[in-house]
Amino acid sequence: MNKMVLLGDEAVALAAVHAGLSAAYSYPGTPASEIMEYLIKISGGSQKFVAKWCVNEKVACEEALGVSFAGKRAMVSFKHVGLNVAADPFINSAITGANGGLVVVVADDPGMHSSQDEQDSRYYADFARILCLEPTGHQEAYDMTREAFDLSERFNLPVLIRLVTRLAHSRSSVEVRPAREQNRGEAYGSWQDWTLLPSNARRRFRLLLDRQKDLKEYAEETRFNHLSLNPNNKKLGVVVTGIAYNYFKEIAARLPEEPSYLKVSTYPFPEKKLLQLIDQVEEILIIEEGYPFLERFIRGVTGLPGKKIRGKMDGTLPPSGELTPDLVAGALGLPVKTGLKVESLKLASRPPQLCVGCPHADTFKALKEALKDFPRANVFSDIGCYTLGALPPYNAVQTCVCMGASVSMAKGGAEAGIYPSVAVIGDSTFAHSGITPLLDAVYSNTDMTVIILDNGTVAMTGAQPSFGTGEPLDRMVAGVGVNPEHIKVIIPLPKHHEENVRVIKDELAYHGLSVIIARRECIQILGEKKRS
Amino acid sequence: MKYDIILAGVGGQGILSIAFVIDNAALEQGLNFKQAEVHGMSQRGGAVQSHLRLSDSHIYSDLIPLGEADMILSVEPLETLRYFDYLRPDGAVVSSSTPYKNMPDYPELEGIFQEIKKAPVSVLIDSEKLAKQAGSVKAQNMVMLGAASVFLPLKEENLKKFIRVLFERRGEQIVQVNLKAFELGKEAASSTKK
Repeated sequence: MNKMVLLGDEAVALAAVHAGLSAAYSYPGTPASEIMEYLIKISGGSQKFVAKWCVNEKVACEEALGVSFAGKRAMVSFKHVGLNVAADPFINSAITGANGGLVVVVADDPGMHSSQDEQDSRYYADFARILCLEPTGHQEAYDMTREAFDLSERFNLPVLIRLVTRLAHSRSSVEVRPAREQNRGEAYGSWQDWTLLPSNARRRFRLLLDRQKDLKEYAEETRFNHLSLNPNNKKLGVVVTGIAYNYFKEIAARLPEEPSYLKVSTYPFPEKKLLQLIDQVEEILIIEEGYPFLERFIRGVTGLPGKKIRGKMDGTLPPSGELTPDLVAGALGLPVKTGLKVESLKLASRPPQLCVGCPHADTFKALKEALKDFPRANVFSDIGCYTLGALPPYNAVQTCVCMGASVSMAKGGAEAGIYPSVAVIGDSTFAHSGITPLLDAVYSNTDMTVIILDNGTVAMTGAQPSFGTGEPLDRMVAGVGVNPEHIKVIIPLPKHHEENVRVIKDELAYHGLSVIIARRECIQILGEKKRS
Repeated sequence: MKYDIILAGVGGQGILSIAFVIDNAALEQGLNFKQAEVHGMSQRGGAVQSHLRLSDSHIYSDLIPLGEADMILSVEPLETLRYFDYLRPDGAVVSSSTPYKNMPDYPELEGIFQEIKKAPVSVLIDSEKLAKQAGSVKAQNMVMLGAASVFLPLKEENLKKFIRVLFERRGEQIVQVNLKAFELGKEAASSTKK
């Protein structure tokens, strides 16, 4: 028996390798980044497999699909909003089906520790009509990921694994088993299955619908869904999904007697087991990390006649944010303990902030000054460290929505009459989703200014490589068709402040599309280099 | 047996390094552990915390319930207070007295110390002074681990073993600085423990 200390993310990564993974792809995003970080770290070992960062999640998902087509096992991983970017290939991969095992790992962020929403990826699996596995702990993360590859090959469908922040970023020990061989990849997918012309797609979709009964059967028999009936307690039955199970087990130990419960860790959920639980009890409590996904199914339109249903939809549990053991204690009717109270002083909050010496800070200072005579100006920003420019002392940007949206929103804003309309986007975010909207702005020669903050890395998620930095970035911008006279490079340093303000002012004054590249290496990367 | 620790500090102060040493020392002693970390945005100079749970039986929850932490171990005094409602009535507070002021409204330090001293067991350690004495101001996290070791259900030799593992790749001198920091923290806590 071999025990290893692993993050939840790492347990998934290692299990994939042990399941005979041939290739894995990802784009960085909290809380999923450590899956690929770990794969890259161990990819030099005895097992040879491909482990690569990609330019964005859609590309990552499609590359994985290509591996599956070739008959080999593939995994793609990203954060929950990354699945929005990859939604097109993801949904259609359920229609093509998987040839080699295809596992899509999505790390949700309930509580929005590092995200702009807390969407629940179980809906995506349901939408695509594929299996969703939701591990409760580290061992299950390992065991389920290994099984996910088998399931994908057994049902010829991609399998989604849903992680949440608390598991992805929690560390514990895991028992690991010997690795198996990779697929040899002798038979490619057939063109009738993988060419989604309407005639093929209709047949494939019917096949997917027919497959649903097999998935439901699996959900009834799998050890990951577990029904525990307590014949002495007919009052309360609890349905727990994913890591809510952990909080329930922790807190239920305080009760004189454990209630009957159904642990749901794979979907489609086990209907028969659920009915068995409902039959036995008067009241159902549903505890889920994320949206009230199962609760909506259970309540339906009419509820359960003669039975009480409690959960997120009736206010027993909060409809947003992360669960905690204390919230679950409250839902189970137990008093919540408290520790000491701090009464004599106010605990000032300590929000994250740009590092001392960060190049973005110098760019924001110059931009603020260049804009000071334009009260109707707007700065559209994007996803990265520089989003912190929205906070004091900078107060320099007014939007942050999704990857690449700064450029497209600045164009829309300009067309609605905003002047100056400015987009601020990082180099990696630009490569991810900023190039296509820039092409749009070139086509219209929109009166807007795009500032690309080129710090040479994906800084916020831990310094992964950027696909659009340095001289190649300059060529990309020119290649898209931006007028070379209005592509400017500045160095965001205090000593260049006056000059940088002037360059920005000049480009704001130009009534057409300008791109200013503010280039200086991330201070964290610089520090790392100096240390090593 | 169970022992629940809230680890607190500011992003960049190295609380995950403390966690690494405790995790592995616990595993070495055959204990189970779970340790919930903070990654991503908050690591940029924001408040960071980690729930670290040790037990000889299965641990379900990654998070410690309120009022159940056996210890708050913090590398920064204001951060110590942020998690006071997690502390058990008989819990211990092991806190640095060295403030990390990166916001405008940092409260008056003496008031923070008075609040910390309201805990049933509290140890305040001048981690900056001791880390400098050990050879590097960066070793404050290991000073605090040394101070906590007086209370932890873990063998000192196991903690030291994994301090070595943690810093080995940076050379023997760095290992020695951190072991020294651990020792100084331990001595300071032993002499002030009430």
